[in-house]
Amino acid sequence: MPDSSMVKAIRKVAGMIHEKILARRKPNLKFPLRSLQNVRYRPQIGFFELLGKMKERTLTVGTVKTFAQTLRMMSLSKNLVETDDIATKREAYYVSKNWGEARFDEQPESDQVMEDIEALFRVNREQIGFIPEEKGGEVAGKLTVIDKDRDTGKTLKIDCTKFGSGAYSIPISVEDLGFQTDAKFILAIETAGMFQRLVKHNYWKQASCVLVSMGGVPTRACRRFVRRLSDEKKIPVYVFVDCDPYGIANIYRTLKVGSGNAAHVNEFFCVPKATFLGITPQDIIDYKLPTHPLKDVDVKRAADAVKNDPFIQHHKAWQGAFEKLVKMGVRAEQQALAKHGLNYVIDEYLPQKLAHPERFLP
Amino acid sequence: MEAVARKPNNKQEQLSLMADPAPAPSSETSRRKPPVGDRPAKRAAKTARGKGRDLQLPVLGPTEMAGRGKHEQSRGAGESGGAVERQSGGPDKRASSAPDSCPDPSPPEAPPSGTENQEPKTRNSPSPSRRASAESMASKQRDISVAEFFTKNRHLLGFDNPAKALLTTVKEAVDNALDACEEAGILPDIDVAIRQCNGDERFRVSVRDNGPGIVKAQIPKIFGKLLYGSKFHSFKQARGQQGIGISAAGMYGQLTTGRPMVVVSRTGKGKPAFRLLVRIDAQKNQPEVLGEEQLEWDVDHGTSVDIELVATYRRGTRSVEEYLQQVAIANPHARIAYHPPAGQGDDVAWERVSEELPPEPREMKPHPYGVELGMLLKMLLSTKSRTLRAALVQDFSRVSTRVADEICAVAGVKPELRANRMQPEEVEAVHKAMQAVKLLAPPTSCVVPIGEELMRRGMESRFKGEFFTSSTRPPSVYRGNPFVVEVGLAYGGDIPADEPADVMRFANRVPLQYQKGACAVTEAVTDVAWRNYGLQQPRGSLPIAPMVLAVHVASVWVPFTSESKEAVAHYPEILRELKLALQECGRRVAIFLSARRRAIDAGKKSAYIKKYIPHISGALREILGYGDAKEKETVECLEYVLERSRLEGMKSVEDEIASTVDPEAEAAADDAGTEATDA
Repeated sequence: MPDSSMVKAIRKVAGMIHEKILARRKPNLKFPLRSLQNVRYRPQIGFFELLGKMKERTLTVGTVKTFAQTLRMMSLSKNLVETDDIATKREAYYVSKNWGEARFDEQPESDQVMEDIEALFRVNREQIGFIPEEKGGEVAGKLTVIDKDRDTGKTLKIDCTKFGSGAYSIPISVEDLGFQTDAKFILAIETAGMFQRLVKHNYWKQASCVLVSMGGVPTRACRRFVRRLSDEKKIPVYVFVDCDPYGIANIYRTLKVGSGNAAHVNEFFCVPKATFLGITPQDIIDYKLPTHPLKDVDVKRAADAVKNDPFIQHHKAWQGAFEKLVKMGVRAEQQALAKHGLNYVIDEYLPQKLAHPERFLP
Repeated sequence: MEAVARKPNNKQEQLSLMADPAPAPSSETSRRKPPVGDRPAKRAAKTARGKGRDLQLPVLGPTEMAGRGKHEQSRGAGESGGAVERQSGGPDKRASSAPDSCPDPSPPEAPPSGTENQEPKTRNSPSPSRRASAESMASKQRDISVAEFFTKNRHLLGFDNPAKALLTTVKEAVDNALDACEEAGILPDIDVAIRQCNGDERFRVSVRDNGPGIVKAQIPKIFGKLLYGSKFHSFKQARGQQGIGISAAGMYGQLTTGRPMVVVSRTGKGKPAFRLLVRIDAQKNQPEVLGEEQLEWDVDHGTSVDIELVATYRRGTRSVEEYLQQVAIANPHARIAYHPPAGQGDDVAWERVSEELPPEPREMKPHPYGVELGMLLKMLLSTKSRTLRAALVQDFSRVSTRVADEICAVAGVKPELRANRMQPEEVEAVHKAMQAVKLLAPPTSCVVPIGEELMRRGMESRFKGEFFTSSTRPPSVYRGNPFVVEVGLAYGGDIPADEPADVMRFANRVPLQYQKGACAVTEAVTDVAWRNYGLQQPRGSLPIAPMVLAVHVASVWVPFTSESKEAVAHYPEILRELKLALQECGRRVAIFLSARRRAIDAGKKSAYIKKYIPHISGALREILGYGDAKEKETVECLEYVLERSRLEGMKSVEDEIASTVDPEAEAAADDAGTEATDA
């Protein structure tokens, strides 16, 4: 959405509210409900699609503070878009300290309001001038990223093979990046530790791939980066995470189909083609991996995923995997492969798995 | 009543009937004991009743053992009445045992406390030389009159100490007055006065009512004879039961001051009023009229009784004033005036809240499940029916001919047996069979509660609270006796906030003052989780809240834990109903509290709204870029919109409070099957 249209949209909403007030009626704002209850998994398009459930914020005694804050935040956003500036979520929180009684006491409150506005306009928060704090993830391997110099506007070619033992950091906005690559696949890795090991040993060279470190649940930038790269270059994405309910239901599922909280933008921030390389519950048995017992929260999360997650519910294979995991009552980390030798993962595990991508979990 | 005195033959039969099932060893041991001494009797009262029973056996006879053997201990009222009554029939049986002997209140044979303790040891050891002969024992066995029984067991009737004696005297007189008025269909107007007489500890209690009056011939018997009354034999919800109360109070006065009761009564306009001085002959349980005169009385009809007694006047908790206030709550149709002794506060009057008398409770035949063996024996002996079958059908509720035959079949006796000639073991079998046969629950129409509305209005008129509610449960049944539980609740206002809730207990509209801890009502109140309703409650205690609870148990036969009728027995059915009624009231308190909290919040919000209006209009102005005039208009409109929203919020809260006390709204909510718990 071009910036001027964003400003128009904000003015339109504000105008409607103002008219209602002048008519001495209670103004209201409608936001799509942001939760797993309000999404549907559409296998054809490959991501969580927003359903019609809305939450309404009507101006009453009880909501007057939040209402004021929402309008203040919209005003800030319009300002940012008009001046082509950005504010991090944290900065936006500090800006609110200037709003007297309407200020936010804690950042989660301001994040909530920000996400409400984002959902209200059905845009990505970057489009309304807000950026996240977190790093987007790291990349190494057979990839050249094409970016622009902010000052001169000249094209920059960033060769991701040339970071040595370091890595390229995914920027917050990836929309304008270009890619050059002859990699055969993208390997998305949960932990920085495993990423380091693969980088150190130039695994990307051996396997001809791009390595991406997600560092837990992938950020929107990371998801968008992987999505654009795989779409444009038509290369598959394989996901390599810990074998526990969090690795599967949170990290892998969010990368692949998006999240409930950001359902309004899942369309862009998901990688429907991703598949699950490992570690699978079956791997624990096949590779005789050392394990830890499942914690109560893990069991709860597994039950919750099977019961409430539309993605897991859609795939029998995943339901079976969860069942197996809970039955075994254990979890295994990526690094558990080190039991068979530090480089067993490079020499044995990954090659064996990559020989049969058709066996990956959906 | 009359049956006691006028049917000696029956009585004799009954006693001989019952002598058999009495456990032999205990009657034997007791015979070895000296006759009732003052000390053991007192101790018995303080400790287990079992001991007291044991000691009293020589006078009470084995009947009591039989009566109690298999059945509930807790129907104290009935038992004591029954026990004493049988005892009064004693002379016939023990005619030989020195009827002329004058009972000495402290017999010389009474052992010192030390030897008493040693006695059990000698019981089993063979020491024939110390055993008394039948003849020497016979010389010690003698009749003890009801009145004498009373003097030794006054604690059983609520006269254990001077403070309690005063309260009990007022209570008995007021109970009688209320019962008399209601029976005659008169709205009670009761006047209670206490005057201090010469000496610190002498008081004169006068209770006057506007009841139907008493015919002159009956006055001596009613006031001067224990166990004379109309209520004991009827299965009907009433305050009094045994016909002991008022004459016992008179006897207490007589024993402590030597003064007779003064009774004035008039039965109607145009009829003369009489004043009688009545004394009780403690040996014969017979009234003595010391003086009688006709007088001018400005009361059209009614009765007044004056009793002078040694007592202690108390104020505050368990005072006469507090008692009368509670009477007023439980009897919203009565007007009660109170004149305390000089210097002990001002005159008070509790005006009536309702101009309608409660419906008259219907009399009910006993239900087989609630009948004890002793009662069954008596009923069969005195039945008008010829055969057992007919007696069962005629004298019990819910027994048809078919059911009667079934009972007989289970008991293994012939339904054609002559009812009043049955063997004790046959009666016992019938009694067992009665409990085994399936029967309809007794009719519940004979229990008359105060009612939700009157209960609430009664509380409203007596307490300055903020919130009142009440709940009357549908009738339920324990051991064949129908009962109804109801709870009235007052919250907030002047009621002290940092103290445990005040729990007033009532049984058939009579306030219960003592033995709070032993009462099922207290247990039920403590068992309810008041924290769920937003009140403080230390573990296992009463809730701490500005709250008064009035808990009423109405029944054809309220089960008490003892003869003095001070605590309701812990029947699971009764506890359950108590809790349900309390919980219902608790839920309404919770609704009230949350509504009140929101009302306060809404009040605060007026200022709160004003803080945010500039931000709304300011932000809109930044986005839309309008001028000062428009901004001013926007602020005005916002103020209007938000103030209206605040008022709507307050109104909905008020509606909610109103609906918690509006019975129709509640009924509607009940119909919808939704419990208005947390809104």
